[in-house]
Amino acid sequence: MSTDLTRSTATELAGLIAGGEVSAVEVAQAHLDRISEVDDRLHAFLVVDADGALRAAKAVDARRAAGEALGPLAGVPLAMKDIVVTEGLPTTAGSKILEGWVPPYDATISRRIKDAGIVMLGKTNLDEFAMGSSTENSAFGPTHNPWDLARVPGGSGGGSAAAIAGYEAPLAIGTDTGGSIRQPAAVTGTVGAKPTYGGVSRYGLIALASSLDQAGPCARTVLDAALLHEVIAGHDPCDSTSIAAPVPPVVAAARDGARGDLTGLRVGVVRELGGAGYQSGVLAAFQDAVETLRKLGADVVEVSCPHFDYALAAYYLILPSECSSNLARYDAVRYGLRVGDDGVRPLEEVMSLTREAGFGPEVKRRVMIGTYALSAGYYDAYYGQAQKVRTLISRDFAAAFEQADVLVSPATPFVAFGIGERVADPMAMYVNDLCTLPASLAGTPAISVPCGLSDGLPVGLQIMAPALGDDRCYRVAAGYESAVERIVPPAEVLA
Amino acid sequence: MTYEDVLTRYAPVIGLETHVELGTVSKMFCGCSTAFGAEPNTQVCPVCLGLPGSLPVANEKAIESTIRIGLALNCTIAEWCRFARKNYFYPDMPKNYQISQYDEPLCVNGYLDVEVNGESYRVGIERVHLEEDTGKNTHVGRSGRIHGADYSLVDYNRAGIPLVEIVTKPVTGTGALAPEVARTYVTELRDILRTLDVSDVRMEQGSLRCDVNTSLHPLGTTEWGTRTETKNVNSLRSVERAVRSEMLRQAEILDGGGKITQETRHFIETTGDTRSGRSKEEATDYRYFPEPDLVPLAPDPAWVVQLRATLPELPAVRRARTRETLGISAEDMRQMANAGVVDLVGATVEAGAPVGEARNWWLGYLAQKANERETDAADLRITPAQVARIVSLVGDGTLSVALGRQVVDAVLDTGADVDAVVAERGLQVVSDTDVLAKAADEAIAANPDVAEKVRGGKVNAVGPLIGAVRKATGGQADAATVRAILLEKLGSQ
Amino acid sequence: MAWLVDSPIVPNDSPRNISRAEVAHLARLARLAVTDEELDVFAGQLDVILGAVARVGEVAAPDIPPTSHAVPMTNVLRPDELWPCLPREAVLAAAPDVEDGKFRVPRILSEEA
Repeated sequence: MSTDLTRSTATELAGLIAGGEVSAVEVAQAHLDRISEVDDRLHAFLVVDADGALRAAKAVDARRAAGEALGPLAGVPLAMKDIVVTEGLPTTAGSKILEGWVPPYDATISRRIKDAGIVMLGKTNLDEFAMGSSTENSAFGPTHNPWDLARVPGGSGGGSAAAIAGYEAPLAIGTDTGGSIRQPAAVTGTVGAKPTYGGVSRYGLIALASSLDQAGPCARTVLDAALLHEVIAGHDPCDSTSIAAPVPPVVAAARDGARGDLTGLRVGVVRELGGAGYQSGVLAAFQDAVETLRKLGADVVEVSCPHFDYALAAYYLILPSECSSNLARYDAVRYGLRVGDDGVRPLEEVMSLTREAGFGPEVKRRVMIGTYALSAGYYDAYYGQAQKVRTLISRDFAAAFEQADVLVSPATPFVAFGIGERVADPMAMYVNDLCTLPASLAGTPAISVPCGLSDGLPVGLQIMAPALGDDRCYRVAAGYESAVERIVPPAEVLA
Repeated sequence: MTYEDVLTRYAPVIGLETHVELGTVSKMFCGCSTAFGAEPNTQVCPVCLGLPGSLPVANEKAIESTIRIGLALNCTIAEWCRFARKNYFYPDMPKNYQISQYDEPLCVNGYLDVEVNGESYRVGIERVHLEEDTGKNTHVGRSGRIHGADYSLVDYNRAGIPLVEIVTKPVTGTGALAPEVARTYVTELRDILRTLDVSDVRMEQGSLRCDVNTSLHPLGTTEWGTRTETKNVNSLRSVERAVRSEMLRQAEILDGGGKITQETRHFIETTGDTRSGRSKEEATDYRYFPEPDLVPLAPDPAWVVQLRATLPELPAVRRARTRETLGISAEDMRQMANAGVVDLVGATVEAGAPVGEARNWWLGYLAQKANERETDAADLRITPAQVARIVSLVGDGTLSVALGRQVVDAVLDTGADVDAVVAERGLQVVSDTDVLAKAADEAIAANPDVAEKVRGGKVNAVGPLIGAVRKATGGQADAATVRAILLEKLGSQ
Repeated sequence: MAWLVDSPIVPNDSPRNISRAEVAHLARLARLAVTDEELDVFAGQLDVILGAVARVGEVAAPDIPPTSHAVPMTNVLRPDELWPCLPREAVLAAAPDVEDGKFRVPRILSEEA
């Protein structure tokens, strides 16, 4: 029974619970059992909150028994990326500097998830402060890919993606700054969506790059992701950058797309997101996906976004700049680690020793690059110019969306690589995000949906839409999903 | 070297940066209270404590107050501007950056005219911008100061209170009057802020704080000298003293062929000197960039027009009107202006006191009290309405002038209501003639020699008897009344 | 640097030449007590990364406005109203050191920044 429950989609589980065929407690227990069984090999979770999960599940069962109306995902388990603040549950952002911190408040999305009756199983692993593309930068050890334990699950949200792909949870929350939802989804064969910037509240999301960060849903199906999207999205007065507009109807769009008819839809293939530097297997899988869209009725055109070539450069200026400032608060005064306080050393030294000991190499690297890029004398040449490239990328998108309703590309240039393969070379790691960066810089929505295999490893199809056109991403993704066979990790990996 | 010596050789250029804590109910970017004096770290939340994940949302009232300040200072209000992060590490800053404004302040390019010794000086306003205040450090150890402290304690109640920074353009051509111009500017600014009701402007509580820039250049030259920035200038008197002391210090260095170091200095209240502040190990690089957690401000022009139309009457206009309606002479006006009591007299008259009485109290006893307490008349713990009430009680004979002064003292010490003080302390003139007659009889019986002299026609010798009666009635008898009773009893009337 | 062969992102030829001293300065500004060994490693890596990202200068012409916020909005304000503060136990619970309801920190060297 428990095996079946963990293989079910969120939609199926919600139906079973609402119909009284299975209790939320049984569903939670099945997933907790699965975590106990496989997480020593996956290491998707940093904290498992079995008591809290069962308590929340019990509450859902009680509400159902009392005849109360339940939300569409009530009782469904979820894995929370450990960069989202959860009251009373340790939140580390994958960093030693926050080890042991128990937040006294809930992120807006944590609150919304709890209010929806969704059962939080625990907190998932990530690259430290979401800086990375492999989850190897976690201070608490890497997460392994359920398709091949010797490979990375992508990053930064590798824990959430691996938990979904490894059947530890049907739903997860990820956060995406330059691809941290979409890229792990692609390399684990799962679905991950980055909403329009401002579509989901950032309040309580530990900041990496404030102008780029966006939380979003991870799931095994497009509809599941859409259901979770609607739970977490919507205006929040605690986030100044939160959009005060109705949430795009993503669930309806996913259901509509699942009928498999994309007649008249204009699909733009972005010329700059492909070709040299991309693995041939990835490109082949992508070509097949474009063919499938055509068969579903879409008109495929090629579009050119010349400034996308500069996205990586702009991103690796904007992100370090903002994060160098955002991470200044970890200073050994109010919370978190303190190192070297011997009663003699002055605060300045204790702060520096603490940050040196508490941050990993990638964080230090980016903090220093950002410090450099914001320095007087360099600001205009670096941060200022990067902000202009953002404008150019947005203009490229605007022009492309005159020719096409959605844009498509591979979600990543390569499939999952081996653990340890790229850690020594930061730039080699950075190019993982090539395809996902433009939408991050432009603040536009994008989704990654599994599109077959290359050498036995999953490839992701990225679908991008204009701002607040999240529903288009879901419609096309669901249409594509309905036309292809679902890929699942080889059973023997976690046997 | 005397101050006069300085001016024979150098001309000063001054500039002022004033920080004003706005009197909003809640903080700049969160809903925590701004009330002064709460238990440490009880007025904080995830936002003003800089907890991971928290985000700022700007307080509309603070924006409005800043625009009103800008309008009152004749500034242009930006049509579009942004907050910026000022990055530096200091433990009183929860995020180790301050949300401030950098190259896009909310208000720019205004002025404020101030009058010193009958001369008007126009102080240019460079900018008025909005930022958040920091927390407060207490240094624990032998010295109680930062140097030689064993450790420090941090309270974040103040962190995030909206803080307006008002920066003047360099002020030239003041010569010897530079210190007075500086003081008068801050006084006038404070009056404006009080009139706008945007801040309680209490320098002693730090809700109004001043940094004073001073430089000297040789007379006859046009290139300004290197300036210093003096911080910790926390009273109007200190503004004046800080400029004066810095002029003297710099002149001595320049006379000796030395160079002025561009630095931050700290004003020492007890000595009136300044001392070198910040350690100069490393040039500061604040790495400003637009605050990505906030969206730009674009004040609706219609809103700005409406705010301008609803500004209250500003102090300079009010003073002119006060002078006109009260018919005060130019000389009186100058005296009152120098003592900083024009508005106080005006308000006291408005509360019902005759002009002459109001003037006398504020220029006399109250000015003396302000001087004793090394504060400004406006900062005394007594309101014009309370003064008017005392004037009225003296006028109708309920209080003598001496008793009126006692009531003033009590109000200054306790802030209590005038009538309550009179009632509680029994400070009414004793006008019960039976009580006075009995006291007079006792005084005459106890001082037969004096009584005899008076009976003999030496009326002026009655003084000791009056004193005895008043002593017996606790000082609460009116001297003239007692005198009349005594003379009647001694048959000398 | 084998990855560069098939990568569309090629660092600029002009090396930044970030020196150890510059890295040390950045580390001081960022309050990182980096080790001697790290100085060398970071100097090399920052050189490569800053060389690559300097490409932004190639296309950003003076007439192009910068984008600081992807989704344009203005005047997001809150009314001047109170909300509940945290209980002091919760405020201080995570602090490394506390005394008299305040955060205790080692002695501070510089007056202020």
